[in-house]
Amino acid sequence: MATTRILFSGFGGQGILTLGQLIASIALNKGKEVTWMPSYGAEMRGGTANCSVIISDKMIGSPITSTNIDILCAMNIPSIVKFLDNVKPGGQVYVNSSIVKEPIDRTDVEAVLLDATNIANKLGNIRVANMVMLAAFLQKTDLFTFGDVEEVLHQRFAEKYPQLAALNVDAVKQGLEALA
Amino acid sequence: MKILMKGNEAICEAAIVAGCKAFFGYPITPQNEIPEYMSLNMVKAGGAFVQAESEIGAINMCYGASASGVRVMTSSSSPGIALKQEGMSYLAGANLPCVIVNVSRSGPGLGGILPAQGDYFQMTRGGGNGDYYTPVYAPFSVQEAIDLIFKAFDVADLYRTPVQMVADGMLGQMMEPCVIEPRAAINVDKSWATDGNSGKRPRNIVNSLNLSAEGLEQMNKERFARYQEIKKNETMVDNRVKDGDEIAIVAYGAPSRVAVNAVDELAARGIKAGLIRPITLWPYPYDVFQNLPSSVKNILVCELSMGQMLDDVKIGVAGRLPVHFYGRCGGAIFEPAEIADAAEKIVRGGA
Amino acid sequence: MSKIVYEKSRGLSETQLSYCPGCTHGIIHKLIAESLVELDLLERTIVISPVGCSVMAYDFFNCDGIQASHGRAPAVATGLKRTNPDKIVFTYQGDGDLAAIGTAEIVHAAHRGDNITVIFVNNAIYGMTGGQMAPTTLIDMKTSTSPLGRVEALTGKPLLVSELLSQIPSTTYIERVASHDVPHLNKAKRAVKKAFQYQAQGKGFSMVEILGTCPIGWNMTPTDAMGFVKDTMMPYFPLGVYKDEGGEA
Repeated sequence: MATTRILFSGFGGQGILTLGQLIASIALNKGKEVTWMPSYGAEMRGGTANCSVIISDKMIGSPITSTNIDILCAMNIPSIVKFLDNVKPGGQVYVNSSIVKEPIDRTDVEAVLLDATNIANKLGNIRVANMVMLAAFLQKTDLFTFGDVEEVLHQRFAEKYPQLAALNVDAVKQGLEALA
Repeated sequence: MKILMKGNEAICEAAIVAGCKAFFGYPITPQNEIPEYMSLNMVKAGGAFVQAESEIGAINMCYGASASGVRVMTSSSSPGIALKQEGMSYLAGANLPCVIVNVSRSGPGLGGILPAQGDYFQMTRGGGNGDYYTPVYAPFSVQEAIDLIFKAFDVADLYRTPVQMVADGMLGQMMEPCVIEPRAAINVDKSWATDGNSGKRPRNIVNSLNLSAEGLEQMNKERFARYQEIKKNETMVDNRVKDGDEIAIVAYGAPSRVAVNAVDELAARGIKAGLIRPITLWPYPYDVFQNLPSSVKNILVCELSMGQMLDDVKIGVAGRLPVHFYGRCGGAIFEPAEIADAAEKIVRGGA
Repeated sequence: MSKIVYEKSRGLSETQLSYCPGCTHGIIHKLIAESLVELDLLERTIVISPVGCSVMAYDFFNCDGIQASHGRAPAVATGLKRTNPDKIVFTYQGDGDLAAIGTAEIVHAAHRGDNITVIFVNNAIYGMTGGQMAPTTLIDMKTSTSPLGRVEALTGKPLLVSELLSQIPSTTYIERVASHDVPHLNKAKRAVKKAFQYQAQGKGFSMVEILGTCPIGWNMTPTDAMGFVKDTMMPYFPLGVYKDEGGEA
């Protein structure tokens, strides 16, 4: 599709904003038009955080994706409660099933379940749960490839924290395995 | 090289690349990335950074730095910009350049921190005491914010005037691909600067006081002659209205991006609409309304306010066409469908 | 053959002073001008004038000048000094400007330890606007907004600025002097000179508070006004060095 509207949502600290930025950076690397827009203000302090990413081949209008969401990447229950209804019919919902136990209460969207927090814990760092979720994008969309992810992680971490780049790549791989 | 950058940070980096040598500011949401970025990077670039005791302190620090001839910037958000009006009036009165960034929020009073456009009157009608205006730039993308920061510093220097840029939380917080590269420097005479070189030239005085009625009138007339030049040379508008469009939608700043979507949505509904996006709010591109295609039968103004730019559109249209308004405020942002619905109702004769 | 025994300091411009007869602003200007010339700093000095009687101080000093909005001179000085650290920057402020509307600006310039000099002329009244009560107006003193005399129960006690600023950790040098007779003027000049020397040496924030006169606002003859400084003001505003961490000037 020419334009993909993604909403990332979860608790502050689950790496929601970072995951959105990473995917925005991949889009930039691929020469796409892209916007990244966080929620900001009071709700950033301890509560839920979310960010919108829009990837397109043409100029992007509003950077906000509170409605007409193509992909909702939800890492906690409040995200489902708040945003599930705003996913387009035929859209996708990527769910962190370690935390969200309830079934997704819509039949016209595709739910992709990932045991992200538990997988991240097994890798020894709960903070890479976001990267486990990223695997769903690789599995379910043509937005970017595993090589694109490796490239952006290399750009981000290689110089200062090479071991972090490796950990993040591992987390994506584990996510892919879980979905296979 | 294209990089991904937040609007607030891109504004800072562009200012530094544009030769800004000092930043004075005070924390207020949603512009905090600006003083934060400057506290590190302005200092790294060899410039001055002070977190002032108040917005009043900050704008007066700008006044002092600008008087010595250096490029200087401050930023704040709506209630903080209100506090800066005293200093902005003095900057205008003393003919000092300065760039003031307003990452605006909803009001009045403390209001909220979400995007709103209720500062239009304050920004375009002087804002402080006395006879003056400030050029106001209203970018709608991170790249345009960068380009207009370069322009703002040049215009401030060329016409010896404070210049404002208005963004909002949407533009300030969002990341977009952008390019920040040095531009050709302009040549300006700053022999008026009070930088203490009295040994080499007659002493300079930076001042807005003039107790002679004729003298002060003359100072104001001279300033307004410069305003005429600004109107002639610096008015900017993004006019996307094409022959055949039935309705022109007028919107500015980041919220005009929603209008871009609305135009697409209207096309899908079989209605031809075109966007008029003023880039300078002062001077206002009144002329754009005099040369619209004859197919345009209605004007719809969309603002995140109860209708402020609306007044300028009415001045520009001068009664030739019906001018309608659709706005949200308080931090609520219109959806493309809301604008499209309003436009459709007008075109189909429901309004 | 005649020889010059006294001449006007070249630190003062040719502009005629606009101060009232018996007011000590003029003589305080002289002390500043002489100090800057003697220290060879005049050519790189910028004066920041306030709003108040000395609003046109920029006209009287033979150096660059900036006119600031009411009370904000210290903030203007900060902006100027931070971008021109090799220049000498001083503000010249009265008690309405510094001790009322400009309290935030003076306290925070002091708090930052900005390397500037503040000349604070305290004459216990708003002179320019017609003799209204200032934060420094003495108890029972009649002004146009305290027509029956300043009442402590309603308006508090006069603000002690030198005492206040000397409590701020980042200040370097704070002294209160007076301008009513020659011995005190000599002391005042030494204080002013030291403050500028400290700035030239990069030693930080200094303020010299000078007790001045306002015979018009006080409704007194110039002679009585000098006596008022000595007999009424000095007991409440004790002279002296409140802080000196500058070491050898």
